[in-house]
Amino acid sequence: MSGTGLLLAATDTGTGEAVLFWVLAPVAVLASLGMLLSRKAVHSALLLALTMLCLAGFYLAQDAPFLGVVQIVVYTGAVMMLFLFVLMLVGVDSSDSLVETLRGQRVAAVAAALGFGALLMFAIGDVVVDNAGLDQANRDGNVQGLAALIFSRYVFAFEVTSALLITAALGAMVLAHRERIERPLSQRELSVQRFRGGMHPAPLPGPGVYARHNAVDTPALLPDGSPAETSVSRVLIARGDVRQAPGADVVVRDASQIEGDGDDR
Amino acid sequence: MNPMNYVYLSALLFSIGAAGVLLRRNAIVVFMSVELMLNATNLTFVAFARMHGNLDGQVIAFFVMVVAAAEVVVGLAIIMTIFRARRSASVDGANLLKY
Amino acid sequence: MPTTFASQSVQGAAATGVFSLSWLLIALPLFGAAVLILGGRRTDRFGHLLGTAMPAASFVIGLVQFFALLGRDAEDRAVSQHLYSWISVGSFQVDAGLLVDQLSMCFVLLITGVGTLIHIYSIGYMAHDTERRRFFGYLNLFVAAMLLLVLADSYLVLYVGWEGVGLASYLLIGFWNHVPEYAAAAKKAFVANRVGDFGLSVAIMIMFWQLGTVSFAGVFGAADRASEAALTAIGLMLLLAACGKSAQFPLQSWLGDAMAGPTPVSALIHAATMVTAGVYLIIRSAPVFEGAPDAQLVVVIVGAITLLFGAIIGTAKDDIKKALAASTMSQIGYMILAAGLGPVGYAFAIFHLLTHGFFKAGMFLGAGSVMHGMNDQVDMRRFGGLSSVMKVTWFTFLLGWLAIIGFPGLSGFWSKDKIIEAAFVGDGWRPWVFGIAALIGAGVTAFYMTRLFLMTFHGERRWTEDVHPHESPAVMTVPLVVLAIGSAFLGLLLGPTGAIQHWLEPVVGSHGEQTTALPVSVLTTLTVLLVAVGIGLAWSMYLRRPVPATAPVGTALTRAARRDLYQDAVNESLLMRPGQYLTRSLVYFDNRGVDGAVNGVAALIGGTSGRFRRLQTGFVRSYALSMLVGAAVLVGIMLLVGV
Repeated sequence: MSGTGLLLAATDTGTGEAVLFWVLAPVAVLASLGMLLSRKAVHSALLLALTMLCLAGFYLAQDAPFLGVVQIVVYTGAVMMLFLFVLMLVGVDSSDSLVETLRGQRVAAVAAALGFGALLMFAIGDVVVDNAGLDQANRDGNVQGLAALIFSRYVFAFEVTSALLITAALGAMVLAHRERIERPLSQRELSVQRFRGGMHPAPLPGPGVYARHNAVDTPALLPDGSPAETSVSRVLIARGDVRQAPGADVVVRDASQIEGDGDDR
Repeated sequence: MNPMNYVYLSALLFSIGAAGVLLRRNAIVVFMSVELMLNATNLTFVAFARMHGNLDGQVIAFFVMVVAAAEVVVGLAIIMTIFRARRSASVDGANLLKY
Repeated sequence: MPTTFASQSVQGAAATGVFSLSWLLIALPLFGAAVLILGGRRTDRFGHLLGTAMPAASFVIGLVQFFALLGRDAEDRAVSQHLYSWISVGSFQVDAGLLVDQLSMCFVLLITGVGTLIHIYSIGYMAHDTERRRFFGYLNLFVAAMLLLVLADSYLVLYVGWEGVGLASYLLIGFWNHVPEYAAAAKKAFVANRVGDFGLSVAIMIMFWQLGTVSFAGVFGAADRASEAALTAIGLMLLLAACGKSAQFPLQSWLGDAMAGPTPVSALIHAATMVTAGVYLIIRSAPVFEGAPDAQLVVVIVGAITLLFGAIIGTAKDDIKKALAASTMSQIGYMILAAGLGPVGYAFAIFHLLTHGFFKAGMFLGAGSVMHGMNDQVDMRRFGGLSSVMKVTWFTFLLGWLAIIGFPGLSGFWSKDKIIEAAFVGDGWRPWVFGIAALIGAGVTAFYMTRLFLMTFHGERRWTEDVHPHESPAVMTVPLVVLAIGSAFLGLLLGPTGAIQHWLEPVVGSHGEQTTALPVSVLTTLTVLLVAVGIGLAWSMYLRRPVPATAPVGTALTRAARRDLYQDAVNESLLMRPGQYLTRSLVYFDNRGVDGAVNGVAALIGGTSGRFRRLQTGFVRSYALSMLVGAAVLVGIMLLVGV
């Protein structure tokens, strides 16, 4: 990239940072690739969170402690948890089908992404920037330096951002709000409905076989020893995450076999 | 190590994010890919801020985070609304606005 | 020679005294027209009286002005009145102004005098028409426009009057527009006049382009300096205008059909005044024509062709009004011929115009009187022997007949023979060609007018069963008598005394003594001889032999003359058919070419859009792909150009 030794010296970073980079960078790339390729949205979210943590490490390494902390708190902490919440609300019911419905989309998308990335790399190859470092800018502390900029040069953008946040909050409320269009049912009506409808009047059986498998993904056993299907969440049934209910005739498994089950989904 | 490596990494992550937007059909995953792309650009800002020796890049990255947070809130609300109406979060499902 | 004094004469002194009333000449009939046309049925009761009073009042003013002019020196007899500044655009200034000089005074007196007589006559002639008030409104409109035409002091103001008389002519020809043929005749006259008007407008444009002014004074003053080509172009365009208005070859075809209008209209507009506007225009533009000998030659040729053309048609027509119309065409041909001869002919052209205005108006009104008594029949083969039952009409017509054929002593003798003499002035081939044409025309005129007169008033009675001819009421015969007196003695008053030449000399110039190709006495004798031959021929053919009630087949020439020498057929095949083909092909081109191109472009865009529309799949991921590809292309371009 740089032709002269002087420039090379000027642009070089410390060994510690290099080690950090070469450890975290593959993790970040692999995690993001995993996000791209995993069929389950929850896995994608968790892998993305991992990528973001790696990025936070990079920020910290590059004299941006404030951003690094914000990255962890806001992104990994708030944004990604929001994603997970919504995933739960929307339902973790199904994983994406692998069949591409748009003709040629997959090939074109891969080609475009690769081409774009290659172009970007090529363009970056032309950039020659010396490594000035932030020692001067951060002499009063990183947070103080940022604050000085935000509240002076970028104060207008900052104020506008506040308006944006308020608008976004309002917008989210408006979008998520559902207008009630009928009278709420009274308790009496609800109980009449429950009994008339032939539904299970009493609470459903709880899951879990106490003393052996006290877990939500294990159906309870009925008195005759057969598993009670209604005792586990439908979501878990739909995801195929229900464990085998240990019946009266079930062979006793060892602990390692049971733990190994968790990864086999 | 050359600090430009951060930028290369950022380009790589950005491309992966772009591919995710193009390939995944689950609206939430698409949204995550978008977040990945934003993060990749943030990395670039931070890297260049250090190379240039001033904090403007970090300020910009900060603003990107703020805007991304707002965007996530609104975007997820939209996805929820769509899901309520269609019982599906597939981006291919909402294709009525066409020729 | 004449250009200099002409330019001086039209610059006239400022209007004072009675001349400051010149605008009233026009305003009075215009007021009458406005009241009668806008007033509606409320004015029915007095409409005809008001309509007659207005031109009569104008006549009185004109007469007073005429005597005031007589009281002045010959050089001071041009009076101009500036009315208001009409158009003021940069260097282009047009003032609305009036010019009263010797030439326009002749016309004012003719228009208002003969016009008033014809208005009086119309009271009787149109007595039974429910629309008589409207008729008088149109007549007044015509008089106002015609006065504006002759009193204008610039070509642009003249143009307004020119269009005004065209409009009035159209309205009056089509007065009985419930008859489709009459409406068609009005349309034909209008279209033919448009062709001429086009010439006038082009002439005005050339004047403005080349000379920078359109006023008479300005144009004539600048005519010295203008190139001969420009003057020739202006002259030819003015001639085209004159041809259209005066029914000269090749725009003559409308005049015969224009007889569809009521007979007083034929007398006033299509005999005495409007059709002579072309003569006025050419003589008024004398300085232009003096600078363009080629244009003058064309004027003479047109006049000669038309006078023979009209005379030949006149010999074959059985419709009394159409025969008179052909005669009018022929007589105006004489005037145009004289106008083209230059200063030697100008005064005689105006002289003949005046006398012709009297005797032709008289004869038209006489024909109207005959039709009035014969249930509006016009076929002369069903007339005959009317002299005993319509004595006044017969006698006035007799005087008109003698006047037009140039019977020695009567008006035509003094005016037409002078034109024949003038046609013989000069050297080379011209005097012989034009002189002999004029001579032959005189003979043929005598033949067809005698034929008309004898077939109508003499011979056996060939009336249809249901007609009972009777003399017309006094309100119609009195104007006939006045006009007949004018026909008889106007020539004697003005001709031998040289009064007309003397009067017009400041305007049209003098020519001094000119030698004719043949001695004047020989010419006079020859003319009288030819006239006598014409009369004798007509007498032997239409009085000694019985006239068949239905027209015999006749010779090829007769058949051609009956069909106006195929002028309609020529117009049809030369102008109408190609015009129709042109418009049809233009329509075809418009439909297929222009519309096709437009529709083709639209279809191309529509089809392409229809295909491109498919790109709008509704799939967000497709759009995102497009965005990414676009971003990649942008990055690639930026790399290539090295930003």
